[in-house]
Amino acid sequence: MSHLLEVQDLEVKFALRFGDITAIDGVSFVLDKGEKLGLVGESGAGKSVTGFSIINLISKPGYISKGKIFFKGNEISSYSDEKMRKIRGNRISMIFQDPMMTLNPVFTIGFQMVETLQAHRKISKADARDIALEKLKKVHIPSPAQRLSQYPHELSGGMRQRIIIAISLLTEPAIIIADEPTTALDVTIQAEIMDLLQELCESDNMALILITHDLGVVSQVTEKIAVMYAGKIIEYGSTDQVVKNPIHPYTEGLIKSIPGTVIKPGEDLVQIPGMMPTLTNIPPGCAFNPRCYLKEAICTTKTPELKDAGNGILAACHLK
Amino acid sequence: MFAFIIRRIIQAVLVMLVISLVGFSIKAQIGDPVRDLVGERVTPEERDQMAEKLGLNDPFPVQYVRFLKNALHGDLGTSFIYRKPTLEVILKHAPATIELVLGAALIVILVSLPLGVYSALKPRSLLSRFIMGFSTLGVSVPVFLTAIMFIYLFAVTWHVLPSFGRGETVDLFGNNYWQTGLLTIDGLKHLLLPCVSLASIMLPLFIRLIRSEMMEVLETEYIKYAWAKGLSPKRIWLVHAFKNTLLPVITVFGVQVGIMFAFTILTETVFQWQGMGFMFLDAVQRADISLLIAYLVVVASVFVIVNTVVDIMYGFINPTIRIAGTR
Repeated sequence: MSHLLEVQDLEVKFALRFGDITAIDGVSFVLDKGEKLGLVGESGAGKSVTGFSIINLISKPGYISKGKIFFKGNEISSYSDEKMRKIRGNRISMIFQDPMMTLNPVFTIGFQMVETLQAHRKISKADARDIALEKLKKVHIPSPAQRLSQYPHELSGGMRQRIIIAISLLTEPAIIIADEPTTALDVTIQAEIMDLLQELCESDNMALILITHDLGVVSQVTEKIAVMYAGKIIEYGSTDQVVKNPIHPYTEGLIKSIPGTVIKPGEDLVQIPGMMPTLTNIPPGCAFNPRCYLKEAICTTKTPELKDAGNGILAACHLK
Repeated sequence: MFAFIIRRIIQAVLVMLVISLVGFSIKAQIGDPVRDLVGERVTPEERDQMAEKLGLNDPFPVQYVRFLKNALHGDLGTSFIYRKPTLEVILKHAPATIELVLGAALIVILVSLPLGVYSALKPRSLLSRFIMGFSTLGVSVPVFLTAIMFIYLFAVTWHVLPSFGRGETVDLFGNNYWQTGLLTIDGLKHLLLPCVSLASIMLPLFIRLIRSEMMEVLETEYIKYAWAKGLSPKRIWLVHAFKNTLLPVITVFGVQVGIMFAFTILTETVFQWQGMGFMFLDAVQRADISLLIAYLVVVASVFVIVNTVVDIMYGFINPTIRIAGTR
């Protein structure tokens, strides 16, 4: 049986004046029905670009230069714009990072919900409004009927993110891609939104791709995790195993930098020295080698491949 | 919304008060109404009597309030050239100018919207580059040159359009007030060249404004989100992006229509168009102070009214403004 979503050897390049740079370099992963996957990494690691490539909506001048993406066995990476449009917002929905910027300021919430339904189904305005109302109730918005006639600026950030989640639920998609859905929100609201997403995915059996830099959140919500570094997946496996027993020194560093996980109260948090290289300046061999405490000669000459590291984890490290 | 409209109208009235004060100050300083009335062959005593009778010896505020009172009753003084109330003279010339400005504004809207939107959507296409190049040219050529060039080509060389005047006009309300050229073929033919000339100043500006606003809007997160929702390109461009593009454009349009109204002088002179601009030039040449001041007040009020209406319209279109107004 084919997977719900399968990304095979994805490569994304950005065409710049002085030549193309590679933002995503051979990323592969699979997602099954109802499964929750965390895409983790620092800013610039290529998490968001990976998310946007799935619905073929990379900002220019980026483009998919290699690799295939299958959705329910169909190769959607070869779809025309018109055909892809029937998948976007319909079978695969997206939640953006900053709810303050995501909704169009000059249209009411109701307008923006109804049009989404009408873009994908032959449905009357009244029926669409009924569905919109039902989804607003589902995301626990107080006085949902009133919200339909309100404008985005009348609502708080947390409310707006709930509305965006409700919009993504309208067409009962198979997958929701959430790109840092809580980064722009208050800490107290963050937990509420994450709980809501998790609850909805489980009740509706939707798959979730959670893009975030917050390993703590990923470990609470997802079953699978893919850690990205400089455009590559460097560790991929079940969340439990990776958090308990990280293979790659980068993942290990990430986990040891979170208070209260592996590091016990009283111990110092581990800090990974240095910064992730920019895409134009990736070191030869393993991209992580300048920051790695295990670094050996081979790390600076040969790029490590993802390989089985036991416990069902794939990791890209020569030394493990 | 109601509170917003009221507030906007109060602001408009305040602006008009300031303008009338400036206008009256000029009027009070320049020229001597007594001499205008009786000439120089009167004794100083008689002049004094006359000034007293006309209220010219009253303190400035008293005179100003009297001026305001009269203005509110539609009396802005008497023109020396025409020997008629100035307001009547201006209103007599207004229809020609209004038709000219409306025609030009219509051309600006009909041409700049599609061209601006197109060149924003396809900035690299050959046509867009041509539009942008042409608009740079349009900005740099003054209106009198455009107008004379049009006359040379269309009237002198090809004999397809008339070169001056309003052509055949029809009395619109039957009371000899509004002579319109809009209802006859000949009148419309005469209107075409002046309108295009007047529009040629604003057109490049608007194409560029719409293009840059639209390009900015197309880069926003909410447009990217609209794509992610699977909306059709047409809907994203013409509904989502277009409405956000229009907001700043509407404000500028209001100001520019006011400016067009006040700056028809060049166009009207070249085409011998018997409108307010033509009349204004005449008044300047013959030092008809009363008529000049009345023109100032009338043009200023048109400016203020157009902008107030535009602001109120803007309030209807932009929901964030409306809320700010009610609070």
